[in-house]
Amino acid sequence: MIELENITKTYRMGRVEVHALRGVSLSISQGEMVAVIGASGSGKPTLMNIIGCLDNPTSGRYIFEGADVSRLNDNRLAEMRNKKLGFVFQDFNLLSRASAIANVELPIIYSGLLPKRKQALDALERVGLAARANHKPTELSGGEKQRVAIARSLVNSPTVILADEPTGNLDSVSGAEIIAIFHRLNKEGITVIMVTHDMSVAAQTRRTVRLADGQIVSDGKSA
Amino acid sequence: MKLIESIIIAIQSLLANKLRSSLTMLGIIIGVGAVISLMSIGRGAQAGITSTFEEMGTNLLTVMPSSPDVAGAASMSAQFALPTLTLDDAKALEHIRSVTTVVPVNENIVQIVAGTENKMVVIHGATPGYQQAYNYPLASGQFISDRNVASRDMVVVLGSGVTKELFGSDNPIGQTVKIKKQRFTVIGILETKGGAMMGFSFDDVVVTPITTFQSKLFTRRTSSGKDAVQSIAVQVASAEAMDQVKSDIEDVLRRQHRLRTDEKNDFSVVSMAQILDVFQQVTGVFTIVLGAIASISLLVGSIGIMNIMLVSVTERTREIGIRKAVGAKRRDILLQFLVEAAVLSFTGGGIGIIGGWLVSFGVSQLKISGFELNAVVSPDIVILAVSVSVIIGLASGIYPAMRAARLNPIDALHYG
Repeated sequence: MIELENITKTYRMGRVEVHALRGVSLSISQGEMVAVIGASGSGKPTLMNIIGCLDNPTSGRYIFEGADVSRLNDNRLAEMRNKKLGFVFQDFNLLSRASAIANVELPIIYSGLLPKRKQALDALERVGLAARANHKPTELSGGEKQRVAIARSLVNSPTVILADEPTGNLDSVSGAEIIAIFHRLNKEGITVIMVTHDMSVAAQTRRTVRLADGQIVSDGKSA
Repeated sequence: MKLIESIIIAIQSLLANKLRSSLTMLGIIIGVGAVISLMSIGRGAQAGITSTFEEMGTNLLTVMPSSPDVAGAASMSAQFALPTLTLDDAKALEHIRSVTTVVPVNENIVQIVAGTENKMVVIHGATPGYQQAYNYPLASGQFISDRNVASRDMVVVLGSGVTKELFGSDNPIGQTVKIKKQRFTVIGILETKGGAMMGFSFDDVVVTPITTFQSKLFTRRTSSGKDAVQSIAVQVASAEAMDQVKSDIEDVLRRQHRLRTDEKNDFSVVSMAQILDVFQQVTGVFTIVLGAIASISLLVGSIGIMNIMLVSVTERTREIGIRKAVGAKRRDILLQFLVEAAVLSFTGGGIGIIGGWLVSFGVSQLKISGFELNAVVSPDIVILAVSVSVIIGLASGIYPAMRAARLNPIDALHYG
């Protein structure tokens, strides 16, 4: 349901043109769990940004669930991010002054759907954190924070979750918990695309895509 | 995202950083407070002066000497013009139709001594018509009579404020007071009137026969050697007759002073209404100028808000990135920051109104040299101040809000 056809992304840094992606073609079906690996400068973040509708490709086509989203304007991209895609970041990216449940409610505020509280609580339940709903991020451990972030990504029932080094800031125990949650969500039908540098995490997925210098160099079963 | 949601989010945001929000609001609070209190004080001064004049009676024409060459406010100052009016002039005016009373009045400031007490007062040399023309009822005793004037009697009538200070609760009638080392007998006391002009309360006045004033206290002669009169008050029977009487006065005095047709008047006739007009214009301008100056502080307050909002946007770059990443559109971010700015200025405006009201109230309690100032915080001033502060809030919030809305979510997420 995600089709990337010869995607390129070039951007200017001052006078220099940087070719972050040089013709990437990728096809991901509903319900897959894919690991994306590559060294720094390989274009991983750029690829995730494009798949996640945070950015438009310079050329090429991006078909999402049958619709061409390559040239969507900012507002349409925002809608995609709100309803179809969920994000989980390495540094959690929670609002530090809001409680856990308020953080989870954030996407619902922008989708205008109701009721907020119940949906948010349900999402927290799914990650096993309903008991800590009223705590602020400063009162939560790293693993708990990431779980709140996952709940937030789930709250509008997206079809895809994109995770950017989700265990990067976690110890091995919490990290394992998080990966387990992703696997569980994947079994429930959500497509998971995860950028990681941890080969053992990649090995636990069924498919690994390796990037180097803006192109896919390998795409197949994880080792 | 609904407006109510935005307002709640904005309030939460502002409460999250109370110190910064309060400091930001300070500018608007002071600005609005200043506008309100200063304009209310200005209005109060206007109203106070108007009622003072109305107390004095507006069917009054005042004749004063004036140098034909001196124009404007200076010509109205009886003490600085060449003396051209005499008691004969005053007598001549009595025959004009629709004139009810004519009172020649000389004025000065003296120290009056009674036993061990003394006081600075305004002393008026006048005739019996003074009471009616200036609306001063008698509390006890007698007022100056025509005989007192004819005989240059050394008698005085005291205002209630003077009586209280010099004699306390004792009866002053029949007692002796000293003015410029001369002895005067007190023959009457005036009722309390209230009000003030130029720093002297209307109750701190002392009245003596004009002839006594001229011969014993302050002597001034006209160019023809007669005793000078500083001003002549002419009370007119009705407001409609005022213009006619004014013209008649001019005719009579021109004849009295034997002015040729080409010579200008060496006197001026002004009505209380005219003087009141001038005063109201002056205080009106005064109020507007005060308002303008206070508005400058309001402007500064709004610049403060814009400043803080810009800083706030920069500090919350990551937060904006997160919001955008989960689906906030430009419009949502714009609205959020605009509402924050509006809430800040609206709240600041509200506190400023309360502060301004308190200051006005406090000033009203002070009695500055007998002049009671009732600072009136009228609804139109409040509405003006509030709407200006909200507009300022929105205007100063627009630029930061637009900058926030335009942030690229990818860059924003990696900021800081």
